[in-house]
Amino acid sequence: MTASPRPSAIAGLAGRWIGLAPFVLFTGLFLILPTLHIVIGAFRGTDGEFTIQNILDLNTPTIRSAYWVSIKVSFLSALLGCLIGFAMAAAMVLGGVTRRIKGPLLTFSGVASNFAGVPLAFAFIATIGPAGLITAYLRTEFGINLRAYGWNLLSTWGLIVTYLFFQIPLMILIITPALEGLKREWREAAAILGATGAQYWRMVALPILFPAILGTMALLFANAFGAVATAIALTGPSLNIAPILLYAQIRGDVLGNPNLGYALAFGMIVITGLANAIYIVLRFRAERWLK
Amino acid sequence: MTKFLAWTAILLGCLYFALPMIGMAEFSLSMRRDAYSLDAYRVVLADPRFQATFLFSLAMALVTIVFGVLLVVPTAVWVQLKMPRLRPVVEFITLLPLVIPAIVIVFGYIRLYNTSGWLPLTGSVTGTNILLMFGYATLALPYMYRAVDTGLRTVDVATLTEAAQSLGAGWLRIMATVILPNVLGAVLSGAFLTLAIVIGEFTMAALLDRPAFGPYMQVLGANRAYEPAALAVIAFAITWVCMGLIGTIARLSKHKGA
Amino acid sequence: MAFLDLSQLNKSFGPNHVVKDFDLSIAQGEFVSLLGPSGCGKTTVLRMVAGFETPSSGAIRIDGQDMTHLRPNQRNIGMVFQAYALFPNLTVAQNVAFGLKVAGVARAETQTRVDEMLALIGLPDLGGRYPYQLSGGQQQRVALARALAVRPKVLLLDEPLSALDAKIRASLRREIRAIQQRLGITTIFVTHDQEEALSMSDRVVVMNGGRADQIGTPFEIYNTPATRFVAGFVGTLNTFQAVVTDPATGTVTLGDTPIALHRPVDAAAGTTVTLAMRPETATLGIGEPGDVVLRARISDVQFLGAIIRVTADLGGDSLTLDTFNRASTPPPDVGAPVTISMPPAGLVVLVA
Repeated sequence: MTASPRPSAIAGLAGRWIGLAPFVLFTGLFLILPTLHIVIGAFRGTDGEFTIQNILDLNTPTIRSAYWVSIKVSFLSALLGCLIGFAMAAAMVLGGVTRRIKGPLLTFSGVASNFAGVPLAFAFIATIGPAGLITAYLRTEFGINLRAYGWNLLSTWGLIVTYLFFQIPLMILIITPALEGLKREWREAAAILGATGAQYWRMVALPILFPAILGTMALLFANAFGAVATAIALTGPSLNIAPILLYAQIRGDVLGNPNLGYALAFGMIVITGLANAIYIVLRFRAERWLK
Repeated sequence: MTKFLAWTAILLGCLYFALPMIGMAEFSLSMRRDAYSLDAYRVVLADPRFQATFLFSLAMALVTIVFGVLLVVPTAVWVQLKMPRLRPVVEFITLLPLVIPAIVIVFGYIRLYNTSGWLPLTGSVTGTNILLMFGYATLALPYMYRAVDTGLRTVDVATLTEAAQSLGAGWLRIMATVILPNVLGAVLSGAFLTLAIVIGEFTMAALLDRPAFGPYMQVLGANRAYEPAALAVIAFAITWVCMGLIGTIARLSKHKGA
Repeated sequence: MAFLDLSQLNKSFGPNHVVKDFDLSIAQGEFVSLLGPSGCGKTTVLRMVAGFETPSSGAIRIDGQDMTHLRPNQRNIGMVFQAYALFPNLTVAQNVAFGLKVAGVARAETQTRVDEMLALIGLPDLGGRYPYQLSGGQQQRVALARALAVRPKVLLLDEPLSALDAKIRASLRREIRAIQQRLGITTIFVTHDQEEALSMSDRVVVMNGGRADQIGTPFEIYNTPATRFVAGFVGTLNTFQAVVTDPATGTVTLGDTPIALHRPVDAAAGTTVTLAMRPETATLGIGEPGDVVLRARISDVQFLGAIIRVTADLGGDSLTLDTFNRASTPPPDVGAPVTISMPPAGLVVLVA
């Protein structure tokens, strides 16, 4: 038998929540609810009954391959983006390259990491597409036919090379502060204790940076996995990757089963959600050490 | 040795970034066979569909920015003042659009707000435009909220608000004269980032079938050779200007603070 | 035979000549402080000994071996940094074991040494903690254990106490000195805090503008400062301008008062010299026979508890002196005329 709260307390509580009402309403209607609709739809049959059949039906050669290619492209572009971005950031912060390069490189990274989508695809078509600048130059000046060497921009590797244009800068932007957070004293303390440069990196610097690097890689993975515009502008609907398949499904139900479309989208949420969960956990660990 | 490797890494990286820029610029100038010309730009800029879609996307961006500011600033202030314990939850929700791919969100819109639903937004042109704007506001939410929240943390909102209240100011007045000027830099940064995101956005506009700049570029890219490169240069310039302005704002507000 | 020998060290960063002709010999087991204001070159000297900076000229020898051009990881030196430089990704025990691990010491022996070191610094139970779980004082003690675990020939301490609270600073000061004496390890300690330098060291090097102004025991440095800089930097000091009247007998004139120092002065008659005097040297009233006696008027009285700091006006010059508080004697009144006396030995003549 709990006593009912006094009216003024209720009013106070309601008064506090009222300020959040617009936010709750907006994110509820245009973020949470649409996502839930997809998730629930993925577990519903044609008559609205609960089923996991849609998820099982994802196991077709086309869909399996779409996910697989998507994961491959996202993983490789994230991995390469991490490695190259790390190398550039490390060169800038620790490598003794002139300090003056830092400002311009970070500004450019800010621009390039936001320069995704359709125009990015155009830039790469104009450069290493079938009639692109480099392709034409190599052919006329050196008689090298890139195509004969197996190069094709409209392929998974073409997609990876293009995605790197925003993946590398994103890595540079995120990892530069982490690299600058490596204290000079750590390197010196390691040296005076007898460690070589390689031992310092293996035992101190890389373990400290590792959560940040791996976390950023998860972020880059999710970033590439959800990218639609670049892929469509680059390859048209021909390339079979998960976001393009979903795009086609939304436009014209190419799978012939609306609920299978929900399942396809649900699969994407699960994959990007996992990647981001890894990111958050690792980020937390990285910050705990550096408190 | 280290220095040599470092320079190699930087130079190779810069080469990778420079080549597409050069390729795109060169291609955009090569419409005439015999000489460089601005023909591609002339054709693009004279295309009425370019003008229409660009203006549509620009207007979309502006409306999104206004809506975003009106939504995010009061929410961030409210959370900071009245319900600081909810901050992690609100922050988490604002970050969700980075986790859920845009194509999934718009998929949900199409199925939820179609003509047979309880809120048939896609039934009319205005309704669809509003839906698209909400979609853009969702995409911009993580950046906008983060910018404003960081801006608020650097000023002591609670003290400023109490001071204003003790002088007899009401909430609207406090918002307009105390809080907004103090987070103006953050709001402007969020606004320009929103502009950069919205102006060339493709997925949501294409799937909601709106005549925006992104889908226009894609269609043009599928049918033409040189004009897309000119569009890419223009889009790159817009992104660069937006980021440059954000950088300038950051520098200016740092000066003010120091 | 000096254990650590620095001879004619010079260091320039571009046009800045930060260390000039620095000579220092340290005996085995000795604790030497480099004392001076920031920018005096003390940290640069320490970093040259550690190997983080290469001298522009000069030589560094430890135990007869030339170290000048060895890399830091070849020198077998222990160092404690100002900011706690513990590796944040390693536990306390792993931090202490770091030097042993890179040296390839066997696991069992490493374990024994780590336990020994943790016991030495009085934190035997914290081996499993991470640095972020420790207080500043604990972190700095772990840093000391890490530096000592490799049994270095020389220990370098770079302002290890300056980031800590006053209370912890004082207790850690005693602890570091105790450990240093127990292990008998040759130590160089860099500080800008004269109290630390005086209380911990066997010898103090006072540095000014890249040079060693004076090298001596804390007693010598404090009581017979060699230069005006040393006198001013270490402790509180009264200075007066006086004119030499007879260098041979040591007679100078302060204002109109002749003062007999009873020892020769190294300056020609008629030149102006500086007389320096510690506040605790003078007493109020008539002192011992042979004391210098001055007449003055009290201009300020500060009651500091055990000590009363009196400022007196000597007709132009002002003089600060400390007297012990006595419950029976209230402090003098401001404006009252007083007689001040001091032994001539307490007046130091600074020619430079």
